[in-house]
Amino acid sequence: MQPQSQLLMEKNKKGKERISGSEAVLRSLICEGVDLIFGYPGGAIMPVYDALYDYQDKLHHVLTRHEQGAVHAAQGFARVTGKVGVCFATSGPGATNTVTGIADAMIDSTPMVVITGQVASPLLGTDAFQEIDVVGITQPITKWNYLVKTAEEIPEAIAKAFYIASTGRPGPVVIDITKDAQFGEVDFDYEKVNHIRSYIPVPLTKPESVHDAIDIINSAKKPMALVGQGVILGHAEEELREFLDKTGIPAAWTLLGMSAMPTDYPLNVGMLGMHGNYGPNVKTNECDVLIAIGMRFDDRVTGDVSKYAKQAKVIHLEIDPAEVNKIIKADVAVLGSVKDTLPALTKEVKGNTYPEWLAEFKACDKIEDEKVISGEVFPTQEGMTMGEVVHKVSKAFNDDAILVSDVGQHQMMASRYFNFKQSRSNVTSGGLGTMGFGLPAALGAALGAPDRDVCVFIGDGGFQMTIQELGTIWQTRAKVKIIVLNNNFLGMVRQWQELFFDRRYASTELMNPDFQMIAKGFGIESALVDSRDNLDSAIETMAKHDGPYFLEVKVEKEGNVFPMVPAGSSVSDIRLE
Amino acid sequence: MQQEFTITIFSENHVGLLNQVTTAFTRRSINIESLNTSESALEGVHKFTIVVFTTREQMDKLVGQLEKKLDVLKVFVFTTDEIIHQELALYKVPTEALLNGNEIEGIVRTYGAQIMEVTPEYTVIQKTGHKAETQELFVKLDKYGVLQFVRSGRISITKLRTELLEKYLRELRTENKIRGIETY
Repeated sequence: MQPQSQLLMEKNKKGKERISGSEAVLRSLICEGVDLIFGYPGGAIMPVYDALYDYQDKLHHVLTRHEQGAVHAAQGFARVTGKVGVCFATSGPGATNTVTGIADAMIDSTPMVVITGQVASPLLGTDAFQEIDVVGITQPITKWNYLVKTAEEIPEAIAKAFYIASTGRPGPVVIDITKDAQFGEVDFDYEKVNHIRSYIPVPLTKPESVHDAIDIINSAKKPMALVGQGVILGHAEEELREFLDKTGIPAAWTLLGMSAMPTDYPLNVGMLGMHGNYGPNVKTNECDVLIAIGMRFDDRVTGDVSKYAKQAKVIHLEIDPAEVNKIIKADVAVLGSVKDTLPALTKEVKGNTYPEWLAEFKACDKIEDEKVISGEVFPTQEGMTMGEVVHKVSKAFNDDAILVSDVGQHQMMASRYFNFKQSRSNVTSGGLGTMGFGLPAALGAALGAPDRDVCVFIGDGGFQMTIQELGTIWQTRAKVKIIVLNNNFLGMVRQWQELFFDRRYASTELMNPDFQMIAKGFGIESALVDSRDNLDSAIETMAKHDGPYFLEVKVEKEGNVFPMVPAGSSVSDIRLE
Repeated sequence: MQQEFTITIFSENHVGLLNQVTTAFTRRSINIESLNTSESALEGVHKFTIVVFTTREQMDKLVGQLEKKLDVLKVFVFTTDEIIHQELALYKVPTEALLNGNEIEGIVRTYGAQIMEVTPEYTVIQKTGHKAETQELFVKLDKYGVLQFVRSGRISITKLRTELLEKYLRELRTENKIRGIETY
């Protein structure tokens, strides 16, 4: 009898190689340019891991400590590289542990392919060990998903997965592969997919819509642009810059649009939304033309939609037709990729400047500076504030690091006070608001952008949700600078309890472990700062350290994030204190 | 204002498509009044006919979400006056009820229904029509004791000559040419 390996290598009549389904998974990934996988093995995906043993020179696998960590790491990787993040998980609990990350990637349009092992096809639907209906569970939170039951389907399924995940409005795809399909054989022949009949990644732009938009922009007195993640996803940072340079229109960014232009770009008027800047929120209800560029009018941006930009003509540049008129009615919808539609506008629109209008934003900045920023960034009281830590860390990295944040007060503070020089420098969980996102996402970001500094800000609550990934960071030596802003509270919930629930602090105060000992246990260099006197030197030490570093800063227990548009209020009713 | 809409969804015919379609309704908490799936006139294209009560605004947003589903080709929405629609109802009554005079036969004739099968125990009657008509017949027959009753989902056909999908696919081919993709 011939040995198994020779059989596998035997070529069939057409000259195609006959290989196992598992090997086909890996070969398909290599054909898609993948070289990094985050994952966690288990029974139903063991054949793929076994095949991986022979491909370690081409495919680097990062073993996270939990499947949720693997998905968030893949998201972090995808967000900084623009490539598709890839992860592996086993069936049952392995797959269900990926669900939060998949939902997060779906709502934040992150390209990702999740490959899960599934029980052998004869066992499907029998409540077999570690069997769960992965396709059913992930259906509403994926751009596409598919159950593979034979080895023959593997190359095509993976080719479709990458095409769907990465084109149009990106998103996560789940490929669930039964164990018998992994063990089965296929004549391997990989063809990339570039068309699916029922899928239109980028809608065609109607020339009339471009003309209408140009007419509105040309006659605008107080136009304002809202920059969303679409600019970054569409690699349209240059095109945005050219459009703004020519038109002179002030531009604000959404939480996910951050870093699409440099922080100090003269027309950048700051952040939109609940904890965004005063100017762009107030001016939303004073502008005469609102140009939404690759953004979706999330409720954290709009506040009360019935009182949102009612006075303005709305132009919506959007790749996803379902987003048009979903929240805010567009007077003109320019469908297409902003990479194409922005230059179409720039070409015909007349050059302009709005010095008086821009001065109105500056006046707002002055008010915000006096009432909020100066006290937050340069506090006079004894306790340290989150804003001052973020500001100092940003400066220590020359305002050019990648910012990763978890979810909560520190996230808003980091978004408000961290500065950017280049695009793809902001990784955060926007739509889903997933606590525990930060640490694993920072791992993925650091492995995706090894030449850049990666700073992750996390609260003491979120840190403990995925703290196990310190192990992965230690093992990979990923150069992540972990800054935990510790106030011994679930700060954002506490802030809401203070403002809207009569300071009834139900289950928000934390009794924390000794994080320094934990960091030490994971072999990660660390420091604790509990007084302002040591803050600068500790940040400097962290910045100079070559490798992962953990910095814990004890900040004021009851600091609040302002400005704030209370949930359900109009953006005009933004509170400064 | 809530009104009745008939939605026609053209899709690929894969396992799990019904789930893809229904989750869009579930998310927006729109109840499906009636549902029918079948092949369409175009080979390989599946057709869902779904009836809902909702507002035009909700309807437009739902269509956006449905068309976003990867295996959905195209969705068309009609108000009731734009389509010709029918439902099929089957009624099972005890045969002895027919033997006591010819009242049931009279009802069957009046309502344009048909007797499908007669056995010593039961008789099966079939009627096509709008929901109101099949319901009215049910009320009439129930006086004699309806043993079983079932009504199908609505099926509908447009008042246009051909399937709207054909026009859409033609346009898509032209669009794809602009994109540099040759499609059949």
